[in-house]
Amino acid sequence: MTHRHRIIALTAAAVVVPAVLAGCGSSSGSSSGKVSVVGFSVLKTANTPVIADFQKTSAGKGVTFSQSYGASGDQSRAVIGGLPTDEVHLSLQPDVDNIVKAGLVDSTWDQTPTKGMLTDSEVVFVVRKGNPLGIRGWDDLTKSGVKLVTPNPASSGGAKWDLLAAWAHGEGTSGGDPQGQAFVTKMLGNAVALPDSASDALASFLAGNGNVLLAYESDAIAARAAGDDIDYVVPDDTLLIQNPVALTKDASTAAKDFLKFQLSTAGQADYARSGFRPVIEGTSVDVPGANDPSNAYPAVPTQYTIDKTFGGWDKANAYFDDSTGAIAKILSGLHVGG
Amino acid sequence: MSSAVLGQDTRAVGRGRPGVRLNLTPGSTLGLGVAMLWFSLLVLIPLAAIVATAGKDGVHGYVEVLENPQTWAAIKLTVGQSALVTLLNVVMGTLIAWVLVRDRFWGRGLLDVLIDIPFAMPTIVTGLVLLGLYGPQSPLGVNVANQRASVTLALAFVTLPFIVRTVQPVLAELDADVEEAAASLGARRLTILRRLVLPSLVPAITAGAALSFARAISEYGSLVLISGNLPYKTQVVSVRVSSFIEGGDQTSAAALATIMLAVALFVIVMLDIIQRRVARRG
Amino acid sequence: MVELSAPVKWALRLIAVGYVLMLVGWPMVTLAQNAFSDGLTNFTSAFSDPDVVHAMVLTIEISGWAVAINTVFGVGMALLLVRYEFPGKRVLSALVDLPMAVSPVVIGLALLLVYNGRTGWFGPTLEANGVQVMFAMPAMIMATCFVSLPLVVREVVPVLTEIGDDQEQAARSLGASATQTLRRITLPAIKWAVVYGVVLTFARSIGEYGALKIVSGNLSGQTQNAPLVIAQLYDNFAKGEAYAVAFTLVLLAVLCIVIVSLLRPKESSS
Repeated sequence: MTHRHRIIALTAAAVVVPAVLAGCGSSSGSSSGKVSVVGFSVLKTANTPVIADFQKTSAGKGVTFSQSYGASGDQSRAVIGGLPTDEVHLSLQPDVDNIVKAGLVDSTWDQTPTKGMLTDSEVVFVVRKGNPLGIRGWDDLTKSGVKLVTPNPASSGGAKWDLLAAWAHGEGTSGGDPQGQAFVTKMLGNAVALPDSASDALASFLAGNGNVLLAYESDAIAARAAGDDIDYVVPDDTLLIQNPVALTKDASTAAKDFLKFQLSTAGQADYARSGFRPVIEGTSVDVPGANDPSNAYPAVPTQYTIDKTFGGWDKANAYFDDSTGAIAKILSGLHVGG
Repeated sequence: MSSAVLGQDTRAVGRGRPGVRLNLTPGSTLGLGVAMLWFSLLVLIPLAAIVATAGKDGVHGYVEVLENPQTWAAIKLTVGQSALVTLLNVVMGTLIAWVLVRDRFWGRGLLDVLIDIPFAMPTIVTGLVLLGLYGPQSPLGVNVANQRASVTLALAFVTLPFIVRTVQPVLAELDADVEEAAASLGARRLTILRRLVLPSLVPAITAGAALSFARAISEYGSLVLISGNLPYKTQVVSVRVSSFIEGGDQTSAAALATIMLAVALFVIVMLDIIQRRVARRG
Repeated sequence: MVELSAPVKWALRLIAVGYVLMLVGWPMVTLAQNAFSDGLTNFTSAFSDPDVVHAMVLTIEISGWAVAINTVFGVGMALLLVRYEFPGKRVLSALVDLPMAVSPVVIGLALLLVYNGRTGWFGPTLEANGVQVMFAMPAMIMATCFVSLPLVVREVVPVLTEIGDDQEQAARSLGASATQTLRRITLPAIKWAVVYGVVLTFARSIGEYGALKIVSGNLSGQTQNAPLVIAQLYDNFAKGEAYAVAFTLVLLAVLCIVIVSLLRPKESSS
């Protein structure tokens, strides 16, 4: 080999060998791991302790995180539009299904012990401090004098949980669609505002609009923990909110380790402390902001779920279809305030 | 700067006539080309993508969007409120610009500083603050939350700077000699204002009005909280577009967006015609 | 100059001041109250988060680019529209205003449709050649330019129209080149219109939320600007911090306006 060729060969080796080694290094999931997380808005606070605790474990040592949080639907569309990510943790399953349809997540994503879910919550009523109106159950929401605030499901996918819960109550144990429709219609007759997101709905309620707000238990707890002057009521029958998590097809090994941690007792305990109901057994923590911090997540006597009560999200989503959905029809027939 | 020096014709319309227009030189053609390239990449092509998406369902798609009663109500509300606020701004904007340029009083500087703030405020913060001041917990007892007036209020806030800031520099440039000459010839104040000052301001007012209307029809964030987002009452077009997107119906969202673009273009062109009429009449 | 009678003058002052105070002044006071609700705690808490600091810096960076690009485009376009004649001029004039009429959601969608790396018109080609537009600086700068595009143009056009081209014609007849005329006569004449346009553009740019929410990907500490970080703080129940950052943002805009006011000659032209 000539002198020049030797230099070229050595330079090439000097570049290629470390690159190969680095490649080997990250694929074995050690210190140079990176995880990108795309989640729904309120997860920013909840993920902070989870990520910190993960980074204390051996699998998580030295792993760096890239995070993006926003409205669940927006995040779903961003990922479909090319936002690179390892993990998506969204508000409702349809937002993940769309990413699956776009070919970015494997269709087997929900074949896990928790059916693809990472955090849970319940649909609850947020009321003024002290619950002056004495709201206890769904039927109380149809009383005169109740001024309801609930986010508009047309603008916010997450708002669907609230109205599906109401429909489920209307159907009750023996009723069917007509009863569900009748109840939701009656309840929405008391609506005074239909803000475009759960966050705006809470802001609207805190600014004095209405006297009952349909919200997620996790938001209510977090708001109270942050010092907002509200109370919340968990009715005896309500809908279980289930937030899905999925890894993208080319997710890093560190991301797989992170998901394992999120589903572990330690991870779930962190989420529980932030207001989310764990999806696994065996976590028992004090939850600041809950009605009873030492027993934050009492079992709901009559628990509706999307699968049991509606037969899956495809059927549940049909209620909101612009042209044929029953709930969409109620909303478009609503003339609030004349 | 006085035209009297150059012996030019100073008629009542002021020197608002633009003078002799040049044909494009090679240098200016290049400039136009570069500007058009940037404009295309930034605005024209992306908007074309919207119109193309809207056209996927053909005319039927547009008709469906317009037939939807919530959407139709939103269009009426948005256009109506935007027109109302634009008229309000024409009056108040010109008035405020006058006070800022032609008057001197303690606190004028503070007034000047406040004008641009609506632009800098992120719309979510605007929404929160307006809700706090003019909602149920209003310290003054003025509660317009969940009513049409809240839309007017929010729109008035975000469009405040437009006409004020387009009229201000023109008013400052106006040649005082012409007005003084007219006054020394015996013209009354109102006549001077009507025949000299106002016509000179018309291009600036229409420019600001076009922007004000355009911004108003596209506004979303600052409205949505205080208006309560009620269908048929306070729900604006931007929310309907958002809803179509959330529902996975990109075609309807794009169709509605295209309709609003057409409305905006129509108003912009109308204002341009009005401006030319006034300029010609003087 | 027309001198208005004292009662009329006072009436105008009262109406102008009253309107602006009720519409803008009082909300500003409320914003300040909310930001300083706990002394300086909200500020220290907010700005101790490196993501927040990064967001502020990024906002200024993006806005700086948008101001520069829009000023060049704005002055150039204004000159072309007022001083020159060419086919399609009136159409172009109407189109220049159009960006302001586009809802932020639609801006985001439009840019996404063209520049997204998977299914966009140009995106895949650009990304294949190493140019990342979406969810990176280029898209953020473009979205910010989009929302403030007409501002400099619409400030300069009326002033260019008003001052007429007498001096420019005189300069040309005296043998000045186009560049000399531009530099010595035209630009100084429109100086204050350009300055107003720049201030408005900057103010509008630092406050942009809706379109950036879609095109930036909202990556904490990477592509998040100040309005996005404010929304995130609020959504995560950190209200005080959100108001503190919002106040800082508005302060930034106010600073620009104050600097401009101080630079202006005190006497009005007489």
